[in-house]
Amino acid sequence: MVHIVPEIIKESVTNLVKNGERTDGRAFDEYREISLETGIIEKAEGSARVKIGKTQIVIGTKPQIGTPFGDTPNVGVLMTNTELLPMAAPNFESGPPDENSVELSRVTDRCIREGKVVDLEKLCIVEGEKVWMVFLDLHVIDYDGNLMDAAVLGSVAALMNTKIPTTKIENDEIVLDYENMMPLPINEKALMCTFAKIDGELIIDPSLEEEEIMGARLSIGMTEDGNICAMQKGGAQPLDREKILKVVSIAKMKTAELRTHLP
Amino acid sequence: MIIIITNTNLNTGTETSARADKRAFDELRNLKIEAGVLERADGSAYLEMGGNKVLAAVYGPRELFVRRLMQPNRAVLRCKYNMAPFSVDDRKRPGPDRRSVEISKITSDALSPAVFLEKFPRSTIDVYIEVLEAEGGTRCAGITAASVALADAGIPMRDMVVACAAGKSDGNVVLDLSEVEDKEGEADLPIAMMPRTGEITLLQMDGDLTEEEFQQALDLAIGGCKKINEEQKKAIKNRYGE
Amino acid sequence: MIFVEDKEIVIPGDILADEEYHSGRGTFKENDKVCSSLVGLVAIRDKKISVIPLQSKYIPKRGDVVIGEVTDIRFSMWNLDINSPYSGFLPASDVFGKEKRELNRTFDVGDVLFLRVVDVDEVKKVKLGLKGRGLGKFRGGILINITPTKVPRLIGKKGSMINMIKDQTHCEVIVGQNGVVWVKGEPSMERVAEKVINMIEDQAHTSGLTDRVRNMLAKLLGIEPEEAEYELGEPESVEESDELEISEEVEITEIIEISEESDELKKSEPPEEKEESKEDEID
Repeated sequence: MVHIVPEIIKESVTNLVKNGERTDGRAFDEYREISLETGIIEKAEGSARVKIGKTQIVIGTKPQIGTPFGDTPNVGVLMTNTELLPMAAPNFESGPPDENSVELSRVTDRCIREGKVVDLEKLCIVEGEKVWMVFLDLHVIDYDGNLMDAAVLGSVAALMNTKIPTTKIENDEIVLDYENMMPLPINEKALMCTFAKIDGELIIDPSLEEEEIMGARLSIGMTEDGNICAMQKGGAQPLDREKILKVVSIAKMKTAELRTHLP
Repeated sequence: MIIIITNTNLNTGTETSARADKRAFDELRNLKIEAGVLERADGSAYLEMGGNKVLAAVYGPRELFVRRLMQPNRAVLRCKYNMAPFSVDDRKRPGPDRRSVEISKITSDALSPAVFLEKFPRSTIDVYIEVLEAEGGTRCAGITAASVALADAGIPMRDMVVACAAGKSDGNVVLDLSEVEDKEGEADLPIAMMPRTGEITLLQMDGDLTEEEFQQALDLAIGGCKKINEEQKKAIKNRYGE
Repeated sequence: MIFVEDKEIVIPGDILADEEYHSGRGTFKENDKVCSSLVGLVAIRDKKISVIPLQSKYIPKRGDVVIGEVTDIRFSMWNLDINSPYSGFLPASDVFGKEKRELNRTFDVGDVLFLRVVDVDEVKKVKLGLKGRGLGKFRGGILINITPTKVPRLIGKKGSMINMIKDQTHCEVIVGQNGVVWVKGEPSMERVAEKVINMIEDQAHTSGLTDRVRNMLAKLLGIEPEEAEYELGEPESVEESDELEISEEVEITEIIEISEESDELKKSEPPEEKEESKEDEID
């Protein structure tokens, strides 16, 4: 079901942006209130609940032992999956993941993978035979704009919260020691900042209203030292070079600010 | 290659109490209900019971776009019960399976008698139940939470609907089976009821019970429902600062 | 026997009173008992018990005025979302008479209109119309959604609440009975009005609301609250609960009068002419 945004809402949000303002009174580079809790699901090896404004995602991790991919025999596997639940918005439908949900999974995965958040080589148990496969499942329960940044922030928190049993090889058998759990090897806390293009301006952390009328979107993933690890442009309108460069430098500051929410 | 698991905490009964978690036979697990927890949904509720964590959300009555489902003289009540992949010990594959489809159906049947569906012909009321963590008795937890979410959405009802299970574990008839008791026990009897009238709107049973044990279990479950109903009331009134 | 007090919060299934009481809105009678069907506030008037819902959807009724959004253009009619389980339609004949014209030149998808519910038939088709003073298309402004049952509370006794907001923010405010509110003024004032209206929505079930609205307005506008114009204190809370109850009797004329003041509101035909002819030239 397609939601049509009333023309006068488009106008009023756009006119505000023209005057350097936003509907909720924020500055162009200001996030909504953020909250982050970890360890909220006992049955998950790692978990987090993240809220940016009223957007809310519950994230859980499930490590399993599996076979590595043939071309990377000594590297663990990270699998990211997102469900845009029908409870999260009136126009979300149940059923197999649609393109929005697949995009969200893949961009989250890209930021975490390319940002080398988890040291996947340390998740190898027996080269070519057994590695840890970490399933990262994102459950979107309330959609109020900017799922990308919430997804990455919550995922990094859930991964940092994840514990796996230590392993030993004895007589050609893998022994899992559940009394000596260890945290996932975390290298890096790469995070993502998303900007929405409205009336030529790029504004951070778009609210639902802003997201519904934006012409384009740019998400930038950054590592702790300020290198870019993932990007994704969305939406039908083009972006210009200067604006892109400008928001990349804003993203550097803002990902650092987001990082302070991590435990 | 063989994988050996050592030192897991399997609850093997060395406890002195009759129940693994030391509850009395007619004692519920810790219960917490909160109404109005989501922004977008018309009504919502969050429920924790023992290790269960369940969210329920309601949209509607709203326009029904699937004409073949439309009822000319009443609303349809559609339920979707879903488990998060991380809600159980071994990751659950996303998407509906036969179990969740069945639970969705009986949840709809359990809630429908309480709702004045005839007030909204040709429309739909959608109920979504998400199990974030499962520890035995999620269908009952889901129904109890969904009823609070329906009330929160302002949907007219004859009564609340409240659900609870009783069963038989280690030879004893007990209330509100935990996951271990459900898996290792002899019988499970989840029910839902409308507390004002006492009418039963869900009844399932699996296992082995004598006629006498069945009556005991049923009465225990009815008693459990009444206690849970008090928490439902509190949750709704708390939302409006009472 | 009565088991509840006036203004008490009740939930579905709560037994309110015995058979000697009449069952009002939001209640039903079963086995000689009056029971609540809703989460809401009890309202006792003589021997009649009602429950005023705290949350609800708009169910269209003939004669209501509503704010709707054009969602589709079909053969000889517009489809409109009126924030209800039942969408509405506006027949082209209502706007053009017998003349044949292109519909999207007059109202396009995404336009927001102020309409009257002309008829609701037995299959819940909601026929809308623009005949009446002040009805037509909105230009500019913002939209705010509130629970339809809280509309009377937002308007206040004889329009006291809404007039206070209008006076203080210098905004035009139009309230549809479907809970959609249109506000137009200075952008910063529109946001002030939005905050106040959202507060009324959140606190509609509490007493002393008018005072809090006055204080909030004063705070947001950085001025001293004007105490003289509106009466203070206890009597107010009693009156306010009355307002909630009489929602079905809210005078529509009141709302229409507000809209007349607006010169932004246009009747459908003449103002659109210019744009049309321009487009024709381009074609």
